Amino acid sequence: MSEASPAKAYALHLGVIALLFALSFVLPEYYHGLLARIMVLAVFAMGYNMLFGYVGLLSLGHAMFFGAGLYGAGLAIIQLGWGVPLAFLVGIACGAVLALVIGLLALRTTGVAFMIVTMMFAQVFSLLILYFATWTGGDQGQVVPQPARVLNLGATSLDLTDPTVRYMSALLLFSLVLLVTLAIVRSRYGRVLVAIRENEERTKMLGYDTFSNKLMAVVVSGTICAASGAAYALLFGYVGSSFASVQYSILPLLWVLLGGAATTLGPLIGTVFMYYVIDVSSGYTSAYLLIVGIALILLVLFFPKGILGTIRQRWLGWLP
Amino acid sequence: MHFGPHLLLAALEGLVTSAVLALTALGLSLVFGVMRVVNVAHGEFFMLGAVLAWAISTAISGHPAVGFLAALVIAPLIVGAIALVAERLVLRRLDYNPEATIVATIGMLYIIQQLALTFYGPEARPVEPPFSYRILLPWFGYSGYKLSIIAASALLLIATWLVLTRTRIGLIMRATQYDSETAQAFGIPVGRVYGGVFALGAMLAAIAAVLIVPISQAHYLMGQDPLLLSFIVVIIGGLGSLRGTVVAAVLIGLSDGIISMFFSPTLAKIIATLLVAMVLVFRPQGLFGTASR
Repeated sequence: MSEASPAKAYALHLGVIALLFALSFVLPEYYHGLLARIMVLAVFAMGYNMLFGYVGLLSLGHAMFFGAGLYGAGLAIIQLGWGVPLAFLVGIACGAVLALVIGLLALRTTGVAFMIVTMMFAQVFSLLILYFATWTGGDQGQVVPQPARVLNLGATSLDLTDPTVRYMSALLLFSLVLLVTLAIVRSRYGRVLVAIRENEERTKMLGYDTFSNKLMAVVVSGTICAASGAAYALLFGYVGSSFASVQYSILPLLWVLLGGAATTLGPLIGTVFMYYVIDVSSGYTSAYLLIVGIALILLVLFFPKGILGTIRQRWLGWLP
Repeated sequence: MHFGPHLLLAALEGLVTSAVLALTALGLSLVFGVMRVVNVAHGEFFMLGAVLAWAISTAISGHPAVGFLAALVIAPLIVGAIALVAERLVLRRLDYNPEATIVATIGMLYIIQQLALTFYGPEARPVEPPFSYRILLPWFGYSGYKLSIIAASALLLIATWLVLTRTRIGLIMRATQYDSETAQAFGIPVGRVYGGVFALGAMLAAIAAVLIVPISQAHYLMGQDPLLLSFIVVIIGGLGSLRGTVVAAVLIGLSDGIISMFFSPTLAKIIATLLVAMVLVFRPQGLFGTASR
């Protein structure tokens, strides 16, 4: 990775945000809604990328952090009747606490064991949702009622079910997380994470406490994923156990691999591309899992660096 | 029914689960032990075995035992062939990198599952058992077929153990497991051993599925639970240890049978999964395994 000029990197990211903002006014209704959803899920992918791309820890259980945000925010509204801002914070807090506990346990293992342990904790999480069906709604899930999804700011109130408000809220969250990720990656801390990925023993020898650095990364990653989950509950109004299933642990991995691990914009590109492929192929077949499967195999076989990773390697070395 | 007979019934059911689980987990354990590959698609090979058993036994008319025996031979062979092709086309090209192979086998899982849904459909379909003799105990009658599953599984496990410890093929496999580079230097075709082991692992899962399908029905999602349980068994038994795998399978099968008879199956799964995750965190070599090299 060659040294990037900060202005160039920030200009590119602000340009992407501006483009997404402009798209809001030109896209037809269907794609407008889809893009809002994609932006929220891209936040999920960015959270995943934080750990997988930069620290090199492959988790197969990130659905539990997304689920913690989703259920934390959703149940705060449905069961406790709390307002939107508080519910959002509850969702994020749930994810952060869960990530801290899981990190403390799972980081004792490495490699394959780490993957299996995270998968098992996620499995326990999703089984707990089914077990406490009286509160969570079990495998049916629950709908967050429309009147509860209104943000009251003094005199004005924003209805999160309105397409434009929803799109802009998603964009706001996306932009915030994108810029935070960029700042983290370019910071001293981000470099330590990459050093751990490249050679943990050497990093330890240089005097860095790798365990607490990794733990911090798990918490940041889990918190970002929880923010995505909480936003999903508030913006799209559905809280379901399928979002905590193994499949939702695999999807962010797929999006990140496709877009390019350890690139800041890769998660967005991967998510957009995968949705586009599924959208196009659903015209021919309902077998979208087949496409997910084939995409995963082709990616690890031929493009282990993903779209942006390949572009960075070939042409644009400065890409963050 | 009193508590005692109830417990006996639960234990018998648990033993049937253990028998099938031991075979499935043995396949996963062999693949991990020799190749260092975590095969996430293992449950789908199990499912394929069951689905093929249904297809074969419905295609063959006559006494159910004929169709069943045909399925018991043909289904594992087809599954083994599919696994071999997948190994040659994908895993070998990835150089058996542990993380890349996990992602690739997840891909295989989705592909196999979706193809099964497309060509077999979402229904659960039964396969007729080869015989329907009931053994009468003082408190209840018990299916003779279920007991024969336990016997068949025990025979297969002993056969696998003999092959591994007493034959040249077993020696080659163990040499590859112990140190693949040195094995290669001594002229062992490591690539072919890997292909064979991956196919063998898938075949063991398929045999287990053919044995269980007369009592549980074939369904395209039936691979999920065996996968999770096999992981649990392999981890508790110590990765790559045959004896540990069998002991752990009996332990897990019995406790699963007994706990789910008296408590909610979801709760049983939660407790088992959590316990195993903790074993992996605090005792990574498994309860019976020795520390890895």
